[in-house]
Amino acid sequence: MTPALSLRNLRKVYNEKFEALKGISLDVMPGDFFAVLGPNGAGKSTTIGIISSLVRKTSGTVEVFGKNIDIDFSAAKKFLGVVPQEFNFSMFEKVQDIVLQQAGYYGMKSAEARSQTEYYLKQLSLWDKRDTAARMLSGGMKRRLMIARALVHGPQLLILDEPTAGVDIELRRSMWDFLREINAAGTTIILTTHYLEEAESLCRNVAIIDQGLIVQNTSVKNLLQQLNKEVFIFDVQETLSSLPVIEGHRVARIDDHSFEVDIEKGQSLNMVFEQLTAQQFRIISMRNKANRLEELFVSLVNANKDSSQVGSEV
Amino acid sequence: MSISEQWIAFMTILRKEIKRFTRIWIQTLLPPAITMILYFVIFGKLIGSRIGDMAGFSYIDFVAPGLIMMAIITNSYANVSSSFFSAKFQRSVEEILVSPTPNYIILLGFVIGGVARGMAVGIIVTLMALFFTDLKVAHWFITLFIVLMTSVLFSLAGFINAVYANSFDDISIIPTFVLTPLTYFGGVFYSISLLPDFWQQVSIFNPILHMVNAFRYGILGITDVHIGAAFAGITLCVILLFVVALHLLKTGNRLRA
Repeated sequence: MTPALSLRNLRKVYNEKFEALKGISLDVMPGDFFAVLGPNGAGKSTTIGIISSLVRKTSGTVEVFGKNIDIDFSAAKKFLGVVPQEFNFSMFEKVQDIVLQQAGYYGMKSAEARSQTEYYLKQLSLWDKRDTAARMLSGGMKRRLMIARALVHGPQLLILDEPTAGVDIELRRSMWDFLREINAAGTTIILTTHYLEEAESLCRNVAIIDQGLIVQNTSVKNLLQQLNKEVFIFDVQETLSSLPVIEGHRVARIDDHSFEVDIEKGQSLNMVFEQLTAQQFRIISMRNKANRLEELFVSLVNANKDSSQVGSEV
Repeated sequence: MSISEQWIAFMTILRKEIKRFTRIWIQTLLPPAITMILYFVIFGKLIGSRIGDMAGFSYIDFVAPGLIMMAIITNSYANVSSSFFSAKFQRSVEEILVSPTPNYIILLGFVIGGVARGMAVGIIVTLMALFFTDLKVAHWFITLFIVLMTSVLFSLAGFINAVYANSFDDISIIPTFVLTPLTYFGGVFYSISLLPDFWQQVSIFNPILHMVNAFRYGILGITDVHIGAAFAGITLCVILLFVVALHLLKTGNRLRA
């Protein structure tokens, strides 16, 4: 099957000095919901910039549904919808005009452009604002406008560069639902994000970029399985006079009504509960201490830093 | 992109450009009209009556073609330089750059947008002129050709300026320090036959002199320059600037990181 996106040995050197991408290769299959994670300056936005032709690559190839962006840029770009990290529309134009114009740049006929514009503005709750100048919109509305604009020509591959940055939780959740819907309808989605919870919740596969290299490229499920230990927080009803003793587990106090317990891969939660019950602890709730993916992300990025430091010492 | 899709993309850019300058008509269309009225009142009526005839025409008749051309030049240039630089500044140019729209369509869209404003201002200024003088066109084809090509030429120049500009100051430097002096010394207000030989020879190197005189020839039938040479020079400059502008878009110089 032809990948929705195929990157081969992609390199980008800025001003002949800074190597932002050091030859990354990546395949994203059609229908996938793919996350690209990485710390600031890792090369995520540079990668997206190259795919969308806003950044000139130093070397390597990019193919979108088998179309090389250097050879058949027109066909490749038709497959592609891009939602950049920063607002990049004219603040003086009306919401509807911005989306209609984008349809025009893709050569869509007026009637189709109008019906698609109406559809996506309604889907993203912006129809009531269609005659409002873009500068008058809230931050969340501006983000949704960029999504509507990217979708108006019906791309098969949608790339979103941190689409929910600075968006409140309620709106973020509704955007997640919308993205899930369009992915279920067949659109391949590639998402860069700082919210690791977002990647864990939405995406099936993930690549972690750090210092211009892909340090991990796997499924979210596989990634999470790499975690050996999770930390659970237990809340108890009574004030803690002493901590429970659970054989084979580290236990630490958080406050008077909660403590945390390390549980390693393969260890039974039942056994933990049995021991807590035997010691007369009444558990009223339990939760993960941290996002598991976040822990793994930090460990992978740190491991990459360590190896590059060793490399530079050699 | 098919030809019909390219046409739609071109019309989208053109409509956007026309919408932009008509939306802010107080900044774009009204000032040239007022400026022209002032020029005609002061240079035409008040001072012109004391100057007397120039090249066989009353002074107001003599300056009218030059003033119209001056308005077309400055407005064609300003439209593209400010519109494209604003798009660059707000990053809304990325909307077009990520699309499959070919570079030559992007360029044509902005340039014809500049021509549209140049023509709109040209018509407004001509209508103003008719209140003060009785303009009759001696050579229609030459008049229209020169107007169109000059507008295209300065729209292209404005586009190149906008690509290289890093700030709004950068798009006002060329009009202030290059265009205005060249226009004022380009025979708008005088015939170069009044200048000493040396300055006549220097003036020949001013491209605006050829445009103003070719236009004046189209309207009044008089000129200080060779019309054929003016035609050839303007056409060559249009081709040259078109190639340069297209190259800038293709390489992405100052537009893509």
